[in-house]
Amino acid sequence: MKKLESSLKNMALALTGFSVVAGALLGWVNDVTAEPIAQANAKTLSDAIAVVVPGFDNNPAEAPEVIEVNGASYKIYKATKGGKFVGAAVESSSNGFGGALTVLVGFDPEGNIIDYSLLSHAETPGLGSKAADWFKKGAKGDITGKNPGEQPLVVSKDGGQIDAITASTITTRAFLLAVNNAYAAYKNQNVDSTTGATQQAAPADSTQVETNN
Amino acid sequence: MNNFKVLMNGIVKENPTFVLLLGMCPTLGTTSSAINGMGMGLATMFVLICSNVVISLIKNLVPDMVRIPIFVVVIASFVTLLQMLMQAYVPALYATLGLFIPLIVVNCILLGRAEAFAAKNNPLSSFFDGLGMGLGFTIALTLLGGVREFLGTGKIFNLAVMPEEYGMLIFVLAPGAFIVLGYLIAIVNRLKKA
Repeated sequence: MKKLESSLKNMALALTGFSVVAGALLGWVNDVTAEPIAQANAKTLSDAIAVVVPGFDNNPAEAPEVIEVNGASYKIYKATKGGKFVGAAVESSSNGFGGALTVLVGFDPEGNIIDYSLLSHAETPGLGSKAADWFKKGAKGDITGKNPGEQPLVVSKDGGQIDAITASTITTRAFLLAVNNAYAAYKNQNVDSTTGATQQAAPADSTQVETNN
Repeated sequence: MNNFKVLMNGIVKENPTFVLLLGMCPTLGTTSSAINGMGMGLATMFVLICSNVVISLIKNLVPDMVRIPIFVVVIASFVTLLQMLMQAYVPALYATLGLFIPLIVVNCILLGRAEAFAAKNNPLSSFFDGLGMGLGFTIALTLLGGVREFLGTGKIFNLAVMPEEYGMLIFVLAPGAFIVLGYLIAIVNRLKKA
C-alpha cells in the first residue's frame, strides 16, 4: 500500500480517524475497568481500615459518616466490637508536594493514634513517597500512640517533635496537617456520638481545622 | 538487518540511556532505588513495544506532515490503557508503579523510536526494536537505581548490604543522579573502546 500524501483532506481525515478510534478504545476500556477498579479500591479501603483500627467485628467501610469542617470533608469509619465503640478510621486529605495526599488514620476512643495508611498520594518516588512507612511504629517519625489533642503533631523543623522525612519536609508537613485535621474531625464526631456534655470540656482549639496553606 | 541484531542494538550499541542519552528526565527522576528504576523501565518497555508495533502497522495511513500528533495520540492511548488495566486487575503492582505510568507519555524514547525505527520498518522488527530498547532502558535504570540506592542508603533492592548510617544521602537526591549517571556513561564509553 502506498503512503498517503499530505493533502489537507488526508491530514484532516487521518487525524480525525485516529482520534476517534483512540477515543472509542479508551472509552470502552474505561467502561470495562470501572467496576474492577471500584472493587479494588473498596478492597484497599477495607484492608486499610483493618490495619489502622484492629479488632472490630462490624463492617466500618459500609457506612462512613461524612462530616464537613471548614469546607473540607472527612469520612469517618466507625469500628465497634460487640456493639462497643473501639475506635475509628478517619480519611483526611491535604496538599502535598505533588498534589493531594490522602491518609487514613486510626484513633482509639481516647484519640490516640493506633496506626495510619497512605491511601493515595503523588509525592516524589523515593523521597516523599516514604511517608507510607516513615511514621509507622518503630520508624524514625513514629506517630503511633501520640494524641494530637494533647499536642498537635508538628515537624521538628517547625519546633515540633516529629522528625521530617529526609529531604521531604513539605510532604511531612502535609501529612501531619492531614493527621491533625483527621483528629479534629474525629473529636467532633466522637464527642457527639458519646455524650453531649463533654463537648464543652474539649479545648476550643482542638476542634479547629486548619486550612491548607 | 536481522531481528537479533535489532534486539542487541537497543541493549548495547544504541542503549537509550548510556549511548543515545534519550529520556533523561524519567531516568534521573525515578532511579532513587533499584526497584523504582526497574519498574519505570518495565512499564516503558511495555508501552514502547505496543506503540512500535501499532505505528509500524499504520505507517502508510499516516500523512507525513501530521505524523507527530498521530504518534503522540497512539502513545498516550497506550499509556492510559496500561494505567486503567493495571489499576483494575493488578492493584498491588499499580500501587508501586502507578506513579510512573503517566511519566511514560513524556518519555522521548517512545517518540524517538517511532520516528527513527517503527515508521520505516515492518511490525516484527519494530517489536524487536521496542523489546531491545525497552530492555536497554530497564537495565540502565536498574543499574543506576541500584548504585544510587547502595551509595545513598546502603541497600540494594531494599536488602540491607551495609548499615544505613554509612549511606550518603546526596546519592538519593537529584545531584547524586547526575553524578552517578555521569560516571556510568564514562565507564560504558571506556568499556566500549576497550
